Amino acid sequence: MTTRIAEIWVGLFVAGGIAALFMLAMKVSNLSTYESDQGYDVTAYFEDISGLKVRSAVTMSGVRIGRVKEIVFDKNRLSALVTMEIEGEYDTLPDDSSASIYTAGLLGEKYIGLEPGAGSNDCEELSLDDSGEIKLEDKGNDCKPSTLKQGSEIKLTQDSLVLEKLIGQFISKFLSEDDKKEEPK
Amino acid sequence: MLNQIQLLGHKGLNFFQRLGRGHILIFDILAGLSSLIPRPNLIVQQLYSVGVLSLIIIVVSGFFVGMVMGLQGYNTLVDFGAEESLGVMVALSLVRELGPVVTALLFAGRAGSALTAEIGLMKATEQLSAMEMMAVDPVRRVLGPRFLAGFISMPLLAAMFSAVGVLGGYFVGVGLLGVDDGAYWSQMQASVDLYDDIYNGVIKSLVFGFVVTWIAVFEGYDAIPTSEGVSRATTRTVVHSSLAVLGLDFILTALMFN
Repeated sequence: MTTRIAEIWVGLFVAGGIAALFMLAMKVSNLSTYESDQGYDVTAYFEDISGLKVRSAVTMSGVRIGRVKEIVFDKNRLSALVTMEIEGEYDTLPDDSSASIYTAGLLGEKYIGLEPGAGSNDCEELSLDDSGEIKLEDKGNDCKPSTLKQGSEIKLTQDSLVLEKLIGQFISKFLSEDDKKEEPK
Repeated sequence: MLNQIQLLGHKGLNFFQRLGRGHILIFDILAGLSSLIPRPNLIVQQLYSVGVLSLIIIVVSGFFVGMVMGLQGYNTLVDFGAEESLGVMVALSLVRELGPVVTALLFAGRAGSALTAEIGLMKATEQLSAMEMMAVDPVRRVLGPRFLAGFISMPLLAAMFSAVGVLGGYFVGVGLLGVDDGAYWSQMQASVDLYDDIYNGVIKSLVFGFVVTWIAVFEGYDAIPTSEGVSRATTRTVVHSSLAVLGLDFILTALMFN
């Protein structure tokens, strides 16, 4: 009978160990936030991405909707080409949205914030009718506003703020103001 | 003078002989593991004495280490207004370092010394020779199951240590010190990577389990068959395996997280 008890304990031990591993994987690590592969890729050019990393968050209104997939240097345009993977369920982002690189907190991680544009849709058209009144014409469900799709590029981008550059600008502005003051003498 | 040089050479040769014997033994054990397939009962018995009996010390230490991490981390992070990152700190340090390393040290003290003493005493009371007389290979019958049980137990124990430690940090950080519940888990999940952190932690604990059980089994099998010899071998197991774990930890960390 003691063998039986030993076997039960060993079974419990192994099950507990596997449960602990499972808990680490599901509850502690980022496995639960891995998105499905059904996202689509969007690219954007930035002059300066300093601090942004692959797997950084892409957010809109503060909600994470994707991740940075790839960052390469485009040697022809001499700027950084960032490829973002947006989750498939967010397929209604207007194609004239803008992308900016922000910092979470004072010293936190960099992330990309998207801001929705007006959407270059032609579904509604303003026109003057015969009586001189402005008329709003709705083209109905046939036309869809143009949205970001696989491979589309975000044109409006704003670079990451680099502290040294800001301070440099500030100092040079300060110095030039000093020069102006001294001139009248 | 000449005698001392002779002694040095003797010690050096002895060291290399032991090193060689240890490696030959591990190859013998690994080669003999296939003979265990028809006798899973041997492994289950050893899993009980090596793994299950180490459970209490591992779980209790894990909980306290996690609680201390929570307390220390909170006091440091609160100065920067970053106490929400407590979960990240506790989880990363446990999963990457403390889980595998502290578990391996405790395992060497709890299970490794017991393995050495048991095998050493078997040798001292000539049970191993008796087995050989009956054409039973003690390496396959005695060392193999013990080695395999230690190798299996270590990663399971380390995983439990880390999981319980995270709960201990949660208990102190969220329960006693008032860190936000959601921030504790969400920041943790945002920063701990399954492959970079947890997978590498498991590899570390596998390596430590291999080394600690190997040293324990070898020291027991190689012990001088007297009571003093067995006691020396037991001490050597704890000292050598602790040093090996800490040294290997540095190498593995350099390889994994550079």
